[in-house]
Amino acid sequence: MNLGTIAERLARNRYELDGAPHIEVDQQAARASGAGPLLERICPAHVYAVAEDGSVSLAWAACLECGTCLALAPPGVLTWRYPAGGTGVLYRMG
Amino acid sequence: MTANAGSEVDFDVVVVGAGVAGCVSAFQLATAGRSVLLVERGPEPGSKALSGGVFYCRVMEQVFPGFAERAPVERVITRNCLSFLNPDSFVNIDYGDQRLSSPVNAVSVLRAKLEAWLAEQCETARAVVMPGFRVDRLLLEDGRVCGIGAGEDELRCKVVVAADGVNSFVARDAGLRTKDPANQLAVGVKSVIGLDRGVIEERFNLEGDQGAAYAVVGDCTKGVGGGGFMYTNLESVSIGVVLRLDDLAKRGEVASDLHDRFLGHRFIAPFLKGGELLEYGAHLVAEGGQAMVRDLVKPGLVVVGEAAGLALNTGLTVRGMDLAAGSAIAAARAVDAALEADDFSPGVLKEYESSLRAGFVGRDMETFRAAPAFLEGTRMFNDYGPLLADVFHGVYNLDLEPRRHLARTAWDAFKTSPLKLSDLVQDGWKALRAL
Repeated sequence: MNLGTIAERLARNRYELDGAPHIEVDQQAARASGAGPLLERICPAHVYAVAEDGSVSLAWAACLECGTCLALAPPGVLTWRYPAGGTGVLYRMG
Repeated sequence: MTANAGSEVDFDVVVVGAGVAGCVSAFQLATAGRSVLLVERGPEPGSKALSGGVFYCRVMEQVFPGFAERAPVERVITRNCLSFLNPDSFVNIDYGDQRLSSPVNAVSVLRAKLEAWLAEQCETARAVVMPGFRVDRLLLEDGRVCGIGAGEDELRCKVVVAADGVNSFVARDAGLRTKDPANQLAVGVKSVIGLDRGVIEERFNLEGDQGAAYAVVGDCTKGVGGGGFMYTNLESVSIGVVLRLDDLAKRGEVASDLHDRFLGHRFIAPFLKGGELLEYGAHLVAEGGQAMVRDLVKPGLVVVGEAAGLALNTGLTVRGMDLAAGSAIAAARAVDAALEADDFSPGVLKEYESSLRAGFVGRDMETFRAAPAFLEGTRMFNDYGPLLADVFHGVYNLDLEPRRHLARTAWDAFKTSPLKLSDLVQDGWKALRAL
């Protein structure tokens, strides 16, 4: 069966998106630690992407809230809290 | 005891997180006549929950008699399959048993439905359920937890039950947990694939509402520590991989690619053929076993379920929800006793830790304390599957050479495998002791 791209898959999920960004990247710390490519690989939702200039862009709205990035990011790179109450990914199955 | 404790509280107990652990704690305490607030950050209970395993649900009978009949469960698991998967072969240990259906031993569940029902039970028991509420901080008074805060809102209580999952910010903020090492955590990446009921029953060899659960090792994670899982719901299949974080980081693999590779594996894809993706999700899993369980109590606070690091992978079974329920029952009992005595010091709440240790949760965590280290070994993931397949190939592949006895066939297969006799003896011994 065809699963589709990650973006297509996430489009089938339900999200409530009236919250503010719940993840922040300290670009300087990310560059210094080389965390960008790691975050890009390990996030199942492809929230992180390393841009050409080495900065890390952040599609926070796609977040599945698993916490993998928080667990693996070197200290100081990420500020990560759950999205505001009632917002973020809403699993219909789980 | 501070002077105003007990006099100006909004609730006796605030439970944070309406998952299995939170709902069971809230239900038990409300049933005991305590005033309980159950807060949940999702807009509906269950909207943030995701599980990658079946629910060994006998413990729920203690809380909700007739659970498996009354609750919205999917299928009763009567077939358990341990699958050694290789690129071009597989060997399954396929165990089916009617005894697993009566009394019901395990069920597959979809958490969005299960938690909606659990929260309803809490409301029926007069707990107040407040979804859409994310706890930002704990309120402290003289070193004792005395409530929760979210933005401008503050709610005071005598005890907080932290049931906020594997990333528990409550336990972290309270100083009960620090950052877990990456080898004790894994990420589960999961898809729910919609299929017709009849198709599922035919493909998985099932009757009616009975279900199958697969634990898969070998060629499903491209060598990354972890494995695959697959289980049947009524009209869908939940399937995915669990990837140990240290190994995932080290080996340079892309998490979503490993998930896709597993679903597309030549021996897995036929199960899913013609299906439709209903949901794609991810969840962190505590894989460290006993080593992850730390202090679970501080004045005015107890930690339950995944927030307490309670999860157990024994290789054959992956457990979390039953441990969540077991810890919630023990915690509710201790909290109730503390409320009765009007004493919320660790001395009284510690009763939770000791009864947890004495019950099935603590004892199973202890019994399988060596399992994580054993399962971390790479031979388990890479070498045993091909060896087993070679043995069976020797048995079934009648190539017109004279046949030999099974023992000789097995020995020949073993000699060509990278495994040494000492590995086999050691691993066998360790497996018997650890698993």
